[in-house]
Amino acid sequence: MRLLTHNMLSSKIKGVSNGFPLRIEVEKVIEKQVELNPDFLKNIFPKVDWKALVEAGRTMGFAELPEEADLLMLDSSEFLSKFHHALLELHLEEGALVCPETGRKFPVNKGIPNMLLHEDEV
Amino acid sequence: MHRSLHAFRSAYKMPYRTAQIRLVSSHPEVYEPCDDSFALVDALLADRTNLLEHQPSICMEIGCGSGYIITSLVLILGQEVPGVYYIATDINPHAVKVTQETLNAHGVLAELVCMDIASGLEKRLAGKVDVMVVNPPYVPTPEDEVSRGGIATAWAGGENGRSVIDRILPVAERLLSDRGWLYMVTLTANDPKEICLLMRKKGYASRIIVQRSTEEESLQIIKFWCDSDIQDLNEATSSPRKAAASFVGSLVSQFPRIPFGKSQ
Repeated sequence: MRLLTHNMLSSKIKGVSNGFPLRIEVEKVIEKQVELNPDFLKNIFPKVDWKALVEAGRTMGFAELPEEADLLMLDSSEFLSKFHHALLELHLEEGALVCPETGRKFPVNKGIPNMLLHEDEV
Repeated sequence: MHRSLHAFRSAYKMPYRTAQIRLVSSHPEVYEPCDDSFALVDALLADRTNLLEHQPSICMEIGCGSGYIITSLVLILGQEVPGVYYIATDINPHAVKVTQETLNAHGVLAELVCMDIASGLEKRLAGKVDVMVVNPPYVPTPEDEVSRGGIATAWAGGENGRSVIDRILPVAERLLSDRGWLYMVTLTANDPKEICLLMRKKGYASRIIVQRSTEEESLQIIKFWCDSDIQDLNEATSSPRKAAASFVGSLVSQFPRIPFGKSQ
C-alpha cells in the first residue's frame, strides 16, 4: 500500500464520524522506485491531505516532508522528489491501519489492506 | 514498444497489448476471465484513442476478481498515459491476492484494497476518479445468494441481477470526477435502458460501445460520462416522463450492432 492510497482511505465503521486519517502500524516497509512524473504530482497535490501524508511518511521512517506545503513549492525539484518518494515509492508491506476513533485495526498483508467490516460494524 | 513492431501493428490493425490469459493467476474461489471480462476489455480497446486523449490521472476498478481487466487497462494506457494512479477493490480477499499476482506477472503496478464496493474510499476519493471500470455480479439469482460470500460474490446479482449494480451506481457517481467515465458490463436481464435512464437523471449520458450475444447471455458494455447539457435539461424539464420517453428513443437508435467474436 502506497501512502497515496493511505491518504484516500478512511474508516467507515458505524458511528464513526470522521475516520481519517487511519493511524499506521508498521511491521515492514518496502521501497519500489517508480519514474517521477511532475504533471501527475502537480495534478494530485491539491487532492492530497498534506498533514496526513507528512504524518504517515514519518511513521514509515521518512521525515523529510515539510510540515506545510503550497502550490508554489511544486516548482522546486527537490520538493517534488520528496513528495514523489513519500506518496508513491514507500509501501506498507506488512502492518495495520488503525481507526482513529475506535482503535479497530485493519490488517495489511502483502501490501493489501483488508478494510472489510464485520456485520455489527456496518 | 519497438518501432517496427508498432508500424507492423498499425499496418495490420493488430490489437494492442492486454493481459495474457496464461499470466492471469487463479484460485478456486476467484472468478476466471470469461466472455464478460473479454467484452469489457474489448470495449476499452475500442475506446483506446479516446482514453489516451482523456489523460486520466486516477483509474479505478470495483470488483477486480482475477485482475484481468485492471491489468489490461494498465497495459492499454501504458506508457502513453504515464503516471496514472490505478486502484482496484474486491470484497473477496482471495481475489485481491490473485489480482496482485496477475499484475506482478505482467510487471505492472496497481493499488489493491479488500473492501465492499468502495466503502473505505468513498469519503476521500469522492470526485477524483477519471476512469472507472466495473464488471459487476449481474446474474439474476435468489436474493440470499448475494451475501453468501466466496466466488458467488462474482456473479450473484439478486433480483434481475440488479442488487449489487444498484448499490454500485450511486458510489460510482460519487467517486467520478466531473470529467469521469464509467465503463460497466450489463446483461439484457438487468434492464440496461433503465440503468441508463437512472444515470441520465444524475446528469450522465451513456452509450453502448460493445454488444455481444452468446448462447447463454446477451451482454452490453455501457460507457457513462457526465454531460452538462443533460444536467441543464434535467433542471429545465418539468415533465420527466416526457424526457424519459424521448431519451429511450434516442438510445435505441444509437445501439451499434457489433457482431459477436473475440477477433474484432
